[in-house]
Order: sequence, then C-alpha cells, then structure tokens
Amino acid sequence: MSNPVLTQFMAELLSGRVKLVDLTQTLTPEFPIIQLPPEFGQAWPFRIEEISRYDERGPAWYWNNFSMSEHTGTHFDAPIHWISGKDQPDNAVDSIPVENFIASACVIDVSAECAENPDFLLTVEYVKAWEQKHGRIPERAWVLMRTDWSKRAMPREYLNMAEDGAHSPGPDAEVVPWLIQERNVHGFGTESVGTDAGQAHHLNPPYPCHYFMHGNNRYGLQCLTNLDLLPPQGAVIFAAPLKIRNGSGSPLRVLALTPTV
Amino acid sequence: MTEPLVKPKKKNPVLRTRLATLPPVPRSRSALGLTRAAAEGVFEMQVCADCGTVQYPPREVCGSCLSEHVAWKPVDNRGELIATTTLRHSNDLYFRERLPWRVGTVKMAAGPSVVAHVHEDCAEGGTVRLTLKLDRSGQAVLHALPEKDTPNMNDAPQLRESTCDPKFRRVLVTDGKSATGMAVARAMLEAGANAVFLGDASTWKTVPAFDKLVASDPRLQVVELDVTDTDSVDRLAASIGGKVEILVNTADYLRDGGILNRKDVNLARDAMEVNVLGLMRLAQAFGPGMCFRAADGSNNAVAWVNILSIHAHAALPARGAWSASKAAALSLSQTLRAELRGAGVRVMNVFPGPVDEEWEQLTPPPKIAPSGLAKAIVKGLQDGVEDVYVGDIAEELRTRLRENHKAVERELGQ
Amino acid sequence: MSMVASAATRAAPAGKRRGYDGVAVTVPVTIPYVRYSTRSAHWWLGRALAELIRGAGIAKGEVDGVCVSSFTLGPDTAVGLMQHLGMSPRWLDHIPMGGASGVVALRRAARAVQAGDAEVIACIAGDTNHVDSFRNTVSQFSRFAQDAVYPYGAGGPNASFALLTDYYMKHYGASREDFGKLCVAQRDNALKNPHALMKKPLTLQQYLDARPITDPIHLFDCVMPCAGAEGYLVMSEERARALKLPYARVRSTIERHNAFPEDPIQFRGGWAMDKDALFDHAGVAPADVDFLETYDDYPVINAMQFEDLGFCAKGEVAGFIRANEFTIDGSFPFNTSGGQLSVGQAGAAGGYLGFVQALRQLTGSAGRTQVKDAKIGVVSGFGMINYDRGLCSGAAILERGATQGEAA
Repeated sequence: MSNPVLTQFMAELLSGRVKLVDLTQTLTPEFPIIQLPPEFGQAWPFRIEEISRYDERGPAWYWNNFSMSEHTGTHFDAPIHWISGKDQPDNAVDSIPVENFIASACVIDVSAECAENPDFLLTVEYVKAWEQKHGRIPERAWVLMRTDWSKRAMPREYLNMAEDGAHSPGPDAEVVPWLIQERNVHGFGTESVGTDAGQAHHLNPPYPCHYFMHGNNRYGLQCLTNLDLLPPQGAVIFAAPLKIRNGSGSPLRVLALTPTV
Repeated sequence: MTEPLVKPKKKNPVLRTRLATLPPVPRSRSALGLTRAAAEGVFEMQVCADCGTVQYPPREVCGSCLSEHVAWKPVDNRGELIATTTLRHSNDLYFRERLPWRVGTVKMAAGPSVVAHVHEDCAEGGTVRLTLKLDRSGQAVLHALPEKDTPNMNDAPQLRESTCDPKFRRVLVTDGKSATGMAVARAMLEAGANAVFLGDASTWKTVPAFDKLVASDPRLQVVELDVTDTDSVDRLAASIGGKVEILVNTADYLRDGGILNRKDVNLARDAMEVNVLGLMRLAQAFGPGMCFRAADGSNNAVAWVNILSIHAHAALPARGAWSASKAAALSLSQTLRAELRGAGVRVMNVFPGPVDEEWEQLTPPPKIAPSGLAKAIVKGLQDGVEDVYVGDIAEELRTRLRENHKAVERELGQ
Repeated sequence: MSMVASAATRAAPAGKRRGYDGVAVTVPVTIPYVRYSTRSAHWWLGRALAELIRGAGIAKGEVDGVCVSSFTLGPDTAVGLMQHLGMSPRWLDHIPMGGASGVVALRRAARAVQAGDAEVIACIAGDTNHVDSFRNTVSQFSRFAQDAVYPYGAGGPNASFALLTDYYMKHYGASREDFGKLCVAQRDNALKNPHALMKKPLTLQQYLDARPITDPIHLFDCVMPCAGAEGYLVMSEERARALKLPYARVRSTIERHNAFPEDPIQFRGGWAMDKDALFDHAGVAPADVDFLETYDDYPVINAMQFEDLGFCAKGEVAGFIRANEFTIDGSFPFNTSGGQLSVGQAGAAGGYLGFVQALRQLTGSAGRTQVKDAKIGVVSGFGMINYDRGLCSGAAILERGATQGEAA
C-alpha cells in the first residue's frame, strides 16, 4: 500500500520542487577540531589510512581505515555529551528515538553581525525580531544559526584563536533556556566548531548551549555548512548519528530538504 | 689548506641523478667494535688486559701474548704519518666515483700501524690525529686529521663523506614550532644550512616567538606538517621531498602518566601516533626521496635525526606511555637505519635528558636548554655519529644502565 | 716485553738442518697464459697436471703426491680437485701462500720424497681470471684486509704497495728510474719468452711517462692479472734418471712468515732474517749465483729482495741497480722469463713463475731466455698482503743436476 504523502514527496523531489541540500563538511584530516587546553584529553581529528587500492594489498578493491572522535567534522551532540544531560532518558546516540532524527529547521541569519563581530552572541531580543520577520519558531524545530563561519579560511580564521582563546559566535546564556521553554526547540545548530561561542566559558553558566540543551534532552549540530542555501523557515533536516553504543555524539551526514520556490 | 666548500648550484634538472653506492661493507665481528666506537664518537681500540698491547686490526686474542682479554678502551689517537698515496684507480664503484682518494699509513703512538683515510691538510712525516668515523656504508673507518684544526677542514670532500655537516644542506624540522624545533632551526642556520623547512602542525595557533624566528632569516620556510596525518606528510613530501637533505624529527608528544593511574589508553595512543607512527609516516614519505638523492653532489641527502630520550632505554614510570613511545621509536629507528643504510643515509638518534620546556616544568634541574640540545644535534651531524647523548642526566643514566640496569629500573620507579 | 718484540731479527744458525740430497726437481711446465679465461681453476690445474704426466712420460697413477696452490679453486680445496681429476694420491698438500707457494711447495715435497711418503709429487699452481675474478679475490682476500685495508679506497695490492713504495723510496734512496731500469730489463727478457703476454718493448721513457695508478705506483709498476698455470715434479734423483729427465738439485731453502712485525711499515722481507741460513746451508755465496728469479708483483719488492737476500746492502739498492744490467745476457741476469711484470700474473701461478723459469735455466730448456752456463740459481718468493705487508717469504738455491744428455 503506497502512501500518497510519500508518493507526493518523491514526486516533488524528482521534479526538483523539493531540493536536497548537503549541510555536511567533507571529512579531511586537516578539518579543524575543537582545541581544549593541552592538559585535557583531546578529541581525535579525522585520520585515514589506505587499506588497499587495487594493489598488492588488495588487487581489485580500494578501501580505507579511518579514525576520529565522536565530535569530529560535522557532528551531532547527544544529551549525554554534557554533564547536565547525563541522567536524561534516551540520551545517547543509540537510544535517541529515531523519529528525532528528522525535524524542521529555522535558519537565523546572523552572518552580517558576525562579519562585524566574531564574538556575536544571539539574544532573545534578536530571535524575537527574527520571528517578527519570518514567523514564530515552530515546536520541535532545529534552530540553526547561520554565521557564514563555514566560509572562513581553514583552520586559522575558522578557529580564530587569540591569546585569550577562540573567538566565534554562539547563543548567549538567556536565549538557550528561552528557546527551550518558550519555543520547545529540538536543538541548536551552528557552522562553527561548537554550538557555543568561542568565549562561552566566560558566560554564566559556561557553555550555556551545551548546558541547557543537553540538560533538557535536546540536541546539537555543529560544523554545518550551506546554511545560506536554506530558507529561514520551511526546511526539513535529516540528521541521524551513527548508532554508537552509549555514544555522546557522532559525525554524520546532515541533509536538508528545502522548497525551491 | 682545504678549499672552502662552494655553495652548490641549483640542480640541472635534465641531468641524471647519480645513484648511491657504498664503500665496502663486510667486517669481521671484532671489527664491528670499531663501528660501535665510531657510532658513539669515541676513539677506542682493543687493549690487552694482560700485556697492554694495543691491537689493530681488531683481533680475537692478543697478537702479542695471546691473552683472550682484549677489551675496547680509549687509546692515544696520535701518530706519525709515515707513508701516503693518492689512489687514482680503485676496484670499488664507490671510490671510483670519488677519485683521487688519499690514504696513508700512520704509526700510532699507541703502537700499531694503521691504514687510514688521510685528510688533505696532513703532511707526510708529520703528526696526525686519528679519528674513527662511519663511512657511507655505516661502517667504521679511520681518518687521519691534521694535528690541529685547519681552516675549512670539514669541507674536505673525503672527510665530508663521513660526516653529515648541515653546511649548504637543506633541513626539514618536522615540528618547527616547539621550543626544541625553533632552537634546532636556529642552530642549523648558524651551521650554514641553505634552507630550513619548519613544520607547523597548528597553523591556527599564533606563537609570537615562532613568527619572530620565521621573519628573522629568508632561509626559513614554514610548511604545514602534522605527523599524525598521513595525507599531510605525503603532501609535504610530494612538495619538498626532493630538497630535504637532513630531516630532524622534533615532533614529540609528551604527557605525564603511567598505566594504572589512567583510565584509558588515549594518551598512550596519542603519544604513539606522534612519536612512533609519525616517525614511520615521515620515513615512508621522505625516506625514498632521500635515498634517491644520497649521492647527489656535495649537498646530497645524508641524515635522518630522531630526537628520542634517554628514557627510550629505561622507562620513567611517571611518564610510562611516553617512555614506551620513545622505546618504540628507538626500535623503529633501528629498522629505519637498516633500511636507509643501503643508500648511505645515516640515522642519528639523540638521547637527551629532560629538556627545559613546558612539559618538563616540574622536573628539577639540571635540564637541557633547547639551544643546548640543538647544538649537540649539529655537532653530532658534523661529527657524523649515530648516537648522541645530551646532558648530564642522559650521560649518567647511560653509565648507570651499563653498570646495573636493574638498579636504574628500581630507582626510576621510586 | 712482548713476544713479538723479543723475536730474533736473525734466524738461528741452521747447522743441523738436513740437506736435500737425492731430491730432483724436474719437468717445468707452463700452461700458456691468457688475459681472461672462461674456464675455471680446475681446468688450468688439470691441464698443468696432464702436462707434467706427459712431460715425465709416466702413467697418471704414478703420481702419488700432489701439492696445489690456487686462489680461485673455491669452494673446492686440493681434496676436491683430486676427485675432480680422478687422482688418488697418498700425499696431498694445499699451499695458500700466494707468491711464496712455488718455494714452499718444493720444501714440503722435497721432504716427503726424502722421507718416502711419496715418490712422484706434482706441484701445481694455477688460477683462472674471469672478468671479475680479481676484484672478488682482492675484496675477500683476508680478514685483516677486509676489516682494515679494503675499505680505504679499495685499491687492492696497488694501494698497499704504493704505501710501502712511498716509504721505501723516501728512506732507502731508490728512484723511479731505478725501478724503471728493472722493468725495462724484464721486458727485454720477456720478448724472448713465448709465454709472455707483453709482446712490445718498453723504454725507460715510456715507463716514466706512464699514467699514475696509485702514487708513486704507475702503470708499468703493476702486473696484469691473467689466467694460467705452472707446475713441476719432485722425485728422487734416481727416479729422474730412470725416467731420463733433466733435473735440478736443491742446495738450500728458507721460508718465513710474518717477519719483523714491529716494523712500522714493510721495508724488508723475511729473507733478511734467513739469508745467512740460506747461503750457509747451500755452501755458496751471492757472488756464485748465475741468475735470480724473484717474486716481482711490484719493482719495490725486487729491490728489497736484492738487499735482503744479500746481493747488496740495505740502502744501497740504487747503486746496485745502476751498476748492473738485468737482461739475460747482462751482468746480473734477473727474472729471465720477464717476470710477472711482463709475463702476467696468473694468480697463485705467479708464485711458481720464477721457480719454473729457474728449472728451465738449470735443465737447459730455457730456449731464447737461456742464461749461458747457468749452474746456480736463486728463486725467491713473497706473498700474502694479509694486512699492510707481505707475510710469506721464501727462497731456494737450485743447481743444475743432470741435463737431457746427462740424464740419458
């Protein structure tokens, strides 16, 4: 029994009226990774070693071994990633209900502000103003912060390190609980290396996006790209992390369905 | 007087590159005692414990009293150059390509007469200093040097064959951003290197001292290099592999921690990635090119330098994972040495004690200044040795290991 | 004091040494040399043995003793060669002493014949010379050479002799002209020897103008490695007469190994220790000698043999050379075959060349190289640059025994 909605969906997709946009950065060894103080444990960058390439190691086939952390490249943060989310139900990538891997998205374009100020913080006020223009954020929607950070030169401009740490945009400490309580968002996504701002350890609480989102069993997406190809409202995101037992997150392919008109 | 070495011209790209040949390799096992001494940069011969006769060529029993107790000991290296000849013909490919070649007979003050390579500044009938050097085959040979240093003496082509002098050579410092890496770069420039490539694994990070160094000399060139990233290593080799004549692997990952006081093997794995697999990646990427250029003119590829640690020989349990990675790197270096020997590219291992840098903050003195470590590396290359122990702690541990390695193990574990 | 340093520099008087009465040395055989050979050493040694048997007119089985010298016989030794040649000797020796082999083989064989351990002993030496034989021989010559000489330029014997020639010329007054005079005379002699590989005359100027090989060694100071074999038979005089073979008698012999180890470099050979024993035992003096066949891989070693065998005093060789003519008809007939310098150096056969030539001189079979009325000849050998010097020295004084007519 075919479902008319799915049939219609495929027809829209094939006709090009619904377009697929890849929000994923290519995994390469040089793709920047979050830098913690060197005495902490560090996430592995993406590393790849050829197993064989139609050669004496495997005459008819090409394949690679790769290694990386759960938080390398374009990746998904599960609630268990943060101490505030450690006791949430179904908080790891393997236990998150699969329905949660599809959600609509709101794209808040702060790229102009970020070009001026790399430490730009998204505020409740800003979001409210955005809603004035683009409509209210629907329930259980991803809020994606378009900063054009993905267009920055890698790795120096992207990480944007100074002597006092990284300088990159993110949400402030008020907007995150507001989005959860007032808009019941699904999660928060960014183009930069974390969902929080580069200087977020100075906010109260530190790293508010991680703290509140995961503390409320919500999700994070980071290192996204191509957000400029999405409309402010109306896109649907497919973001299914790898099914790692008790995994705190996972690199993944993030796809957006977006209307072309 | 030795003519000063002339800065080599740019390579003519349409001329075939001369491939490496080696001087004769075979030696008796006893003669490998000379190789050990040369590798360590000391002058030793067998001395009979019973009658004191100095033996040469190396023997199984004393050539004088037949005692079996002939031990390797430092001996007086002076002698009289009683005969010389200049070879204009040789049966061996290596020497044929390097003729004319001067050899001579030296009557040593210590007793024996020896055949030696003779430096061009040595006068027949005069006093000479003998030194044991490794030739391109990695085996020990005697060089007769002038009694006192002469100007440019290290530039003499015969002597340069046994050394790895950075003068007019191009050097890759794999981690140019560390304190040691920067010091090595400076020392190489001072020693006359033509170019120093500074590897940078964290281009996102601003290090003012590094920027200052890079701006200080046009011979310095920053290159992206992360030894944990095969692709990065391969890309760099594809770009400058044909220019690296000395590679100094300064990349190091040093963190505290043993086994039971940690919950995971991540730190150990990170150390292995940098200190062991990094070395292997570099070798796989740069080794073949260096071998290919091992006989390419006066700035041929000559040396591979690994900065290990005295703890490659004896673990420091407080840094157990790091010690293990250094021990593994030492083992790997022996394989690399065997594999590069066919081309005559030397592997020099450096065994410092604690170096005065951030990860050794809590280590009490004495600590080696990075500049001191760098100076020892340059001297090791100029002398052409294989093993360099740097600093009092390294020397002391080395001696103590020979005396009682179990005592060292117990004491380092306290 | 070490044992080495206390060693006598002159041998004890050889008063009680037995003579070589009743021993005949006969049938000088040369298998003509070639520059390069595709054969193995077995071929050359087999040919020499066959020539000896043919020359003596005996059956193969009558040869009951064999003495072999060869550098290129490996991996075989004399024993393996016996199976190869189908021989069953009751006495067998293998003498790896290079240029001293001819004299040393005689010493071993003569005593065996005297003692009755063997009746007819074939002494043979031969080597092949493949295109790469010489380099292989030199690179693996000895442990000391491998450890302490070959890595120093791989000049082989040229380099070793260059060093001692350099020292000798500086300390003992010989000049290149002196060495050249010997080489020119030997070439003159060689032109009368059909076996000599060098067929063109050599002038002193050509000698002096030759290209340097390893200073002060120049081209004509060097022997040319080649393939070849030499041999002779040792038997009782009685047997030689029965076979109607012309032969030579042995008046005296010496050998010495590793003489003067304390010398910082070689400027003399073992003959200097033993020459008095040699001449005393023979009952002759150097002045009685009609010709001299030395081991001549380089001219310097000829000069040393003149001195150390007593033909002139140490340091006076230049005057001796200038005062004499060394051609076959000269005042001091010397290396009458042309020596290795003009005949070629066929490996271990080079250690037999002078000996076999001396036999020809004393059995009247030297052809155009014959020294008139030669009755007493001295043959000396020298071999094995194990490290920095030649270790083996030997010499023999031979005298004319029965010639062809007398033997009959």
